[in-house]
Amino acid sequence: MPIVALDPGYAEKIDVRDREENFHGNIVVYIHWEDHLSFCAAMAFPLPPDMPFGALLQEIIPTYYGMHPDFPRIDWPAVRWTIDGREVTPDPAASLRDHGVHHKSLIRFRTPGLTGFRGSGS
Amino acid sequence: MPRIVSITLQNTDTARPIIEAITTDNPGAVVHDYPGIVKIDREGSLIIRRASVEERIGRDWDPQELHLSVVSMAGNVDEDDDYFSLAWSH
Amino acid sequence: MNAIGKLGLKQRYALLTRGLDWEPSYQPRDKVFPYAAFEGIKVHDWSKWEDPFRLTMDAYWKFQAEKERKLYAVLDSFAQNNGQLGLTDARYVNAIKLFLTGVSPLEYQAHRGFAHTGRHLPGIGPRIAAQMQSLDELRHVQTQVHTISHYNKFFDGFHDWQHMHDRVWYLSVPKSFFDDARTGGPFEFMIAIGFSFEYVLTNLLFVPFMSGAAYNGDLATVTFGFSAQSDESRHMTLGIEVIKFLLEQDPDNLPIVQKWVDKWFWRGHRVLGLVAMMMDYMLPRKIMSWREAWDIYFTEAGGSLFEDLARYGLRPPRYADVATAEAEHISHQNWAIFYQYTHAAAFHTWLPSDEEMDWLSEKYPNTFDKYYRPRLEMWREMEKEGKRFYNNGLPQLCTTCQIPMGYTEPGDPGTICFRTSEFRGETYHFCSDGCKDIFDDEPEKFAQSWLPVHQIFQGNCGGASVEDVLRWYRMNLGADNMDQAGSPDQRQWDAWMEARRRVAG
Repeated sequence: MPIVALDPGYAEKIDVRDREENFHGNIVVYIHWEDHLSFCAAMAFPLPPDMPFGALLQEIIPTYYGMHPDFPRIDWPAVRWTIDGREVTPDPAASLRDHGVHHKSLIRFRTPGLTGFRGSGS
Repeated sequence: MPRIVSITLQNTDTARPIIEAITTDNPGAVVHDYPGIVKIDREGSLIIRRASVEERIGRDWDPQELHLSVVSMAGNVDEDDDYFSLAWSH
Repeated sequence: MNAIGKLGLKQRYALLTRGLDWEPSYQPRDKVFPYAAFEGIKVHDWSKWEDPFRLTMDAYWKFQAEKERKLYAVLDSFAQNNGQLGLTDARYVNAIKLFLTGVSPLEYQAHRGFAHTGRHLPGIGPRIAAQMQSLDELRHVQTQVHTISHYNKFFDGFHDWQHMHDRVWYLSVPKSFFDDARTGGPFEFMIAIGFSFEYVLTNLLFVPFMSGAAYNGDLATVTFGFSAQSDESRHMTLGIEVIKFLLEQDPDNLPIVQKWVDKWFWRGHRVLGLVAMMMDYMLPRKIMSWREAWDIYFTEAGGSLFEDLARYGLRPPRYADVATAEAEHISHQNWAIFYQYTHAAAFHTWLPSDEEMDWLSEKYPNTFDKYYRPRLEMWREMEKEGKRFYNNGLPQLCTTCQIPMGYTEPGDPGTICFRTSEFRGETYHFCSDGCKDIFDDEPEKFAQSWLPVHQIFQGNCGGASVEDVLRWYRMNLGADNMDQAGSPDQRQWDAWMEARRRVAG
């Protein structure tokens, strides 16, 4: 149903505020570590789509999640990944775009055996 | 589920005679004391009568003076010169 | 006594309302009231409007003047007597910072909204009531500015509340709520604010929280709070009359009104999560838990209300059951957000003491020990090791409510709730089914959301670093933000208490 508005042309006049071209060449990517809800929500990052997936693993994730007591115990090859709900096995050399990551994609990772502080999901 | 109407008044000198009039005129009314306020609940309806408040304060009282003491209410309002009431209608 | 004085209240009010209206003669009615039709609401007979409170202008001014005299006498006395020294604890002030920076600007928004709506409602009865409410709301913001003025002399975080309201990430939550209401048509505004917010939800904002202020020695807040709330009863009654009137006027109004009730209940529930956290975590002396307040003011009072409205075919708001289930979680989840982003907020945070944790266990036997106590204990251990837990990233925000997406799946508190929609080739993210439904109904509107995190990435918020952004917010770094422990506020408070002990000998 069309939006109810005073101006019949309203739907055509709107400014979609978070269009990809507004981010200066970056795309917004959200990252979330399952079972570790002491990080209150997924985090948002403006990233170049050509960035290799390995940079997420080497730089971004350790910088932002490294302080959690579970972090040093992560068995990286066993980590399970989804991108927008699709299960993927990441290739560190391939780009985010190659993995099907697009503007406002959500990447979730689960670390088997690690379920937060005293197993509480935090 | 019981259909509770409710009025909350400030716990002040101005409001206390009104609270007393309500509890006298509305059998079954339940009074809850919280810091600073008093919440009065009753099933179905609740009435505040001008005459009952006047009897307690010894002067004329306009039911609209309630505006100075009320904090909240639940129910449909009916207001006239001699009373103020709350009720669920159906 | 003059002739008017001899008339009964109902007659006097009829003279004020019906007697003062007129039929326009040189402009057609639809030009005089250009916003009255586009929402699809059908009104056949405005004379059927029942006035909830029959407050004539003379009585209105008389009672409002009396309220103002009492209120300002108390505020003045609070200031003169250094009332801030009588607070239970310095931590309490943070709840008031959040209230006065988050809610007071909404009073002003409500003033403008009701002035606009009052102008555009074709019926004289609700037009007069909306006009009075507009004046009330202006009075409320003024009383709160006086309170801000006093607290600002002694505590950090109050100094630039208007500037912050338009920029700061968490204040964008209440701001966008009211912007949404005010950009709806006059009927949606009345259902959004007059009915859903005032009638169904403001009790949760004002009653238990103000009672909490009374319990924590904050005379200034108790006074403006209850003075505002005495107008609120009139506003609530206007809200319920509007909904009954619209439903009685035409059966075609029901689906439109139902959609608004669903939307605005959920929008209000999300905004009030801030109050949940204030009650459970920020009041040093606690009055009741958010869960208990929800049971009294939503489940019980709302239950009776919606049973009464069922005769029109209106059902309780969609996802009321989800909101009720969330009452077990929302205060804990929100406090966790602010604790880890304390560097980016203009008020202080802390971890609850053992005694407070035990209170939370008792009030939340189903959830606190299982999900939230371990989180707080982990952070406590980290604090002890000198590794205080900060979230160094920026959170994903819900497109609709703008809150960090920290809420969990209904029935599964271990998993974050993620929902998405597509609109014109873009993806939008939501924290809940409630927020997703609202977007899906008006994607053109919410595709324009000013989401603070995305605005930072777009370069519209003063710079790329967190510090740049906080300066753009005009936060005083190291004073307004960070933990309560070690803050200038706390040092000042400790000095006051030490002086008191010395005097007491």
